Amino acid sequence: MIKIERRNETSNLIYFLTPILAIFLTLVTGAIIFYLLGFKPLEALKFFFITPISDLYGLSELLLKATPLCLIAIGLSFCFKSNNWNIGAEGQLTFGGIVGGGVALLFYNHEGFYVLPLIILAGAFGGMVFAMIPAILKIYFNTNEILVSLMLVYVSKLLLDYLVVGPWSNPEGFNFPETRQFSDSARLPILFEGLRIHAGIFIALVSVFLAWVILFKTYLGFQIKVSGLSLKTAKYAGFKGKTMILLVFMVSGACAGLAGVGEITGPIGQLHRMISPEYGFTAIIVAFLGRLNPIGIVFASLIVALTYLGAETAQIFLQVPKYTGQVFQGMILFFLLASDFLLFFRIKFLGFKRYEY
Amino acid sequence: MYKYLLRLLVSVLLLFGFSMNAYAEFKVGFVYVGPTGDHGWTYQHDEGRKAVEAAGIKTTYVESVPEGADAERVIRQLAQSGHDLIFTTSFGYMDPTNKVAKDFPNVKFEHATGYKREHSNVSTYSARFYEGRTLLGHMAGKMTKTNVIGYIASFPIPEVIRGINAMTLAAQKVNPNIKTKIVWVFTWYDPGKESEAAQALIDQGADIIMQHTDSTAPVQVAEKAGVWSFGQASDMQRFAPKSILTSIIDDWAPYYVERSIAARDGTWKQQDTWHGLKEGMVAMAPYNSAMGGGLVKEVEKLQKDLASGKAHSFTGPIYDQKGNLLVAKGKVADDGMLAGMNVYVKGVEGDIPK
Repeated sequence: MIKIERRNETSNLIYFLTPILAIFLTLVTGAIIFYLLGFKPLEALKFFFITPISDLYGLSELLLKATPLCLIAIGLSFCFKSNNWNIGAEGQLTFGGIVGGGVALLFYNHEGFYVLPLIILAGAFGGMVFAMIPAILKIYFNTNEILVSLMLVYVSKLLLDYLVVGPWSNPEGFNFPETRQFSDSARLPILFEGLRIHAGIFIALVSVFLAWVILFKTYLGFQIKVSGLSLKTAKYAGFKGKTMILLVFMVSGACAGLAGVGEITGPIGQLHRMISPEYGFTAIIVAFLGRLNPIGIVFASLIVALTYLGAETAQIFLQVPKYTGQVFQGMILFFLLASDFLLFFRIKFLGFKRYEY
Repeated sequence: MYKYLLRLLVSVLLLFGFSMNAYAEFKVGFVYVGPTGDHGWTYQHDEGRKAVEAAGIKTTYVESVPEGADAERVIRQLAQSGHDLIFTTSFGYMDPTNKVAKDFPNVKFEHATGYKREHSNVSTYSARFYEGRTLLGHMAGKMTKTNVIGYIASFPIPEVIRGINAMTLAAQKVNPNIKTKIVWVFTWYDPGKESEAAQALIDQGADIIMQHTDSTAPVQVAEKAGVWSFGQASDMQRFAPKSILTSIIDDWAPYYVERSIAARDGTWKQQDTWHGLKEGMVAMAPYNSAMGGGLVKEVEKLQKDLASGKAHSFTGPIYDQKGNLLVAKGKVADDGMLAGMNVYVKGVEGDIPK
């Protein structure tokens, strides 16, 4: 018979190596899937993982795609580390986009250095306020933050729908559901002529650095980690649990809001219904793949962004269905969770004896 | 030894030559907003692509491309990877298409349903779906018992409002008592929302359901409820064999083949195309015999007249909801008015969402 028991110790090195193992297993399984679909496995993997980033434009697109994922995942890591399950980053991103976009429209045709910083702050503020709703409800009414934050995603998406169809729609736009194009003073500057990578990447990098400092060098970071490991210990140590719940949600929401405002003032340049292809949900995978560690998240966001680009090139060159990208994302997470299980537990084969307890 | 080397050299050159050839081959790219299996909008564009392929021209497509920041990359990649003509088949690709067109002056671009042609290598095209709506209105006016026509609408853009008006005008002509009830779902494709909307309309007494959305959910709800319905974009008959009276079919194939051949032969020119029943870009699926042979004949005649120009969907007098005259008696609405239509005609219930 089989018995599953917890391992006493796990090596730190292996803990950070398992994501790499998961990616390796994903590649192998992916190759098998491509083979079964009738493609040459190596060629398919090349189109999937190498072709998209084989030139400067591709690299810029990779960073462009990874930026919002990294930002959101950094925020989520604060929540997840402290056992707060914020699933609604997509909603916080959208709400941040709404508030930031509102300010951008308010300053339509205004020039001035203060416009862009104001929009960015407004976006972060919007996401932060929106994330406080599930936090406050959890603190005072003991509601389940998973459900509340998830449901609020639809609230903010419908609000965005309403705004771009109605009051904020472009007066010259034939009633199409989109706002005006923001004026140049409201756009994040492009870093290289001809590429789309914009200054938003610095916001993400600064957040990574700040997150690392907070999580590893401050008392607050210590509190977050302890509450994640054991709520009882945290209480016993006298940490203010309620303030911390509010705080991690605020950080998380602000990051998601920044990601939203980065999209609309970066590559999109206006508000419409599709400002995010579900970055808020994909970032959950990124956060876990990066082991809730700021540096890990940087790498994880690049890898997950690559699965998006790869799915597009694979479809262009091989006509593989575009949903293979999602299959790859799913496989990475699956293998990661599976290897985690084996990391923390051991399976013992006891032979066919009677149980002895 | 030399022989081998020579042979090697020749084969390498040949290989190189072939691959150069392959790269220079004329290719057409398509960008779709939905999955090719939606049985509506994207499905029909893909049918058009297959026709291009059947005409001996190589094609590529990318499906389910979100209308956000990703669209520009996909369009650019198609342009970069040697595609000579690129069809972008959703309104939301308008700005990305024009942006990429600027950087690739030798590649031709065709954007569906948009109005921006900022560079000489961008054409736009759309279909006069409202002509099909006129036929649906005629049938609906004749077939309804409750005099309530249910209409599932996507977004309050001129294209959709035009369809609602054309249908209502035609229905009023054969049945002055009809009312058009509208539910706005604010999506092009969401089977769940669409079926809820269909059910809500049936509950409000509609015995005819028509849709300006792309899933087959509304006709399936209508089939279950035992009311009449009309398919959208492709022939949806097999999803509701009893209920569907006909479907408006978007037939992009002839246009795609014509434009692809023109681009290959170097005769492609920028243009703004708006084709209808006459050119076959709008086509009707077979009429359901359940509505009776007399009515089928009537509709077929109307279809012929619309195609030949003898009849027009918007012939005056036409009044808006408040009773203001929009088109005078004996006149027809011009294309400018149709393109910017943003008021309901008399007989439509409710307000356009603003």
